[in-house]
Amino acid sequence: MPDAKPVPGGPDATYFAFLEAGDWRIQRCGSCDTHIFQPRVMCPSCGGEDFQWVAPSGKGIVHSTTVIRRRPESGGDYNVCLVDLDEGVRMMSRVEGMEPTEVAIGMAVAARLAEQDGQTVVVFDPAPTRAVGASA
Amino acid sequence: MTWSLRGKTAIVGAATAHLGEAPGYSHMEIAADAARAALADAGLSLKDVDGLFAVSMHSVFPALTCAEYLGIQPRFSEATIVGGSSAVIQMQTAALALENGLCDVALIVYGSNQRTASGKLHSPSGAENLPYEKPYGLRAPIAGYAMSAARHMYDYGTTREQLAEVAVAARMWAGMNEEAFHRDPLTADDVLGSRMVCDPLTVRDCCLVTDGGGAIVMTRADRAKDLRKAPIHLLGCAGGHTHRQYSMMPSLTTTAAVQSGREAFKMAGLSPADVDVVQVYDAFTINAVMLLEDLGFCAKGEGGAFVGDGRLRPGGALPFNTYGGGLSCTHPGMLGIFTTVEAVRQLRGECGERQVDGATIGLAHGNGGMFAHESTALLGTAAAL
Repeated sequence: MPDAKPVPGGPDATYFAFLEAGDWRIQRCGSCDTHIFQPRVMCPSCGGEDFQWVAPSGKGIVHSTTVIRRRPESGGDYNVCLVDLDEGVRMMSRVEGMEPTEVAIGMAVAARLAEQDGQTVVVFDPAPTRAVGASA
Repeated sequence: MTWSLRGKTAIVGAATAHLGEAPGYSHMEIAADAARAALADAGLSLKDVDGLFAVSMHSVFPALTCAEYLGIQPRFSEATIVGGSSAVIQMQTAALALENGLCDVALIVYGSNQRTASGKLHSPSGAENLPYEKPYGLRAPIAGYAMSAARHMYDYGTTREQLAEVAVAARMWAGMNEEAFHRDPLTADDVLGSRMVCDPLTVRDCCLVTDGGGAIVMTRADRAKDLRKAPIHLLGCAGGHTHRQYSMMPSLTTTAAVQSGREAFKMAGLSPADVDVVQVYDAFTINAVMLLEDLGFCAKGEGGAFVGDGRLRPGGALPFNTYGGGLSCTHPGMLGIFTTVEAVRQLRGECGERQVDGATIGLAHGNGGMFAHESTALLGTAAAL
């Protein structure tokens, strides 16, 4: 995959430029191979400053979840959760394609890019259960 | 290193103001009334204040705003905002400043009119750009606490009934406190059956949204002896923080209170078993469970069973949030100052019907953001020195 930075600027701008291009990437440290999220100008593990922008597998496990209760006329209830990606990083997102009350800790999920209010966001769908989770 | 802040400074004035609803009052008027009352409690005046410690949910420059309003030009000012934890950790800075002669009389003050001004948690941090969380509509702060509660239940079998007991006990204490906003009886069924806000937390697992202000006055211990009330000494104070955004919290079920508690107890030369009254920042019922674990009152994972047996109630084994806490007494956005004021009142023996007999050592704990910043203070009477 191409590894060129799509725009000038810092890691945040790079992250969102990739995302807007429909190409979800996160940083991996060139020195210690640790995946990094949220983007950083130096590796929180080793202080390294060389990064590759790599495509995550998209596989993850729901680490925790809640249902934000909302009146139906305001749009109804929705899910907010934290997902542990197989790459070893955690991100906030939501699980779609099922009732928000059915989203459960330990569930296997798979990432998908979605359009929301004119921007691209990472959301998750339920995935076939895997024997080994990344939920540590 | 043997140098320590233990016993070097003391709280000599403590007060609240406008708890509940204060229609027509600004946040600064509420804070100033708390400051005035705390200084009167100490037998001091604004002219004596040369150290100012102010935070606010309403001001970008809290120290400047507060000093201007009070008409003082302090030698030492501090306004580090770490959320609701601020007032507790400011005691550490105040002790450092007092001990080193940077100021002689420190005023820690907070006030908010969030209930009557907006009816919801007011925060200047709403303007902050958090692009990795904002698209998902995290309802802060409750959704973060809800996810910690959910994970605690998953990992340790903690139950909603155990969480509800925290709210029930708080209401029992509030029933003995004329300042408390909600004083009518509350049952576990009331908590469990009330409106779900963010699963697994109902509206009764959540703190109040009230107006109110609080303030304390501190001096060095030698001067404290000559003031109006018996000094309440700062025996230990420490803080810590783990994240800003909830999704960056290293463990959803363990907080920086592990560090703040450990360091504060070490400074004080005390352990949890020595504490007579515990005032812990209860923004949500899960706070009591996790923070009591992290502070060492019980083991990690046992907090649910620990709080669930009634020990937090009046007459129970652990006098806890004896004013009714954020759940039933007051919560004007940042609760830290109120945990401290109640600890002082208990140690002075000023609490009337809810007084814990013979209390000589108290713990006041602050919590900021979504379990982000934790601060612990150990306070004691002269007998504890």
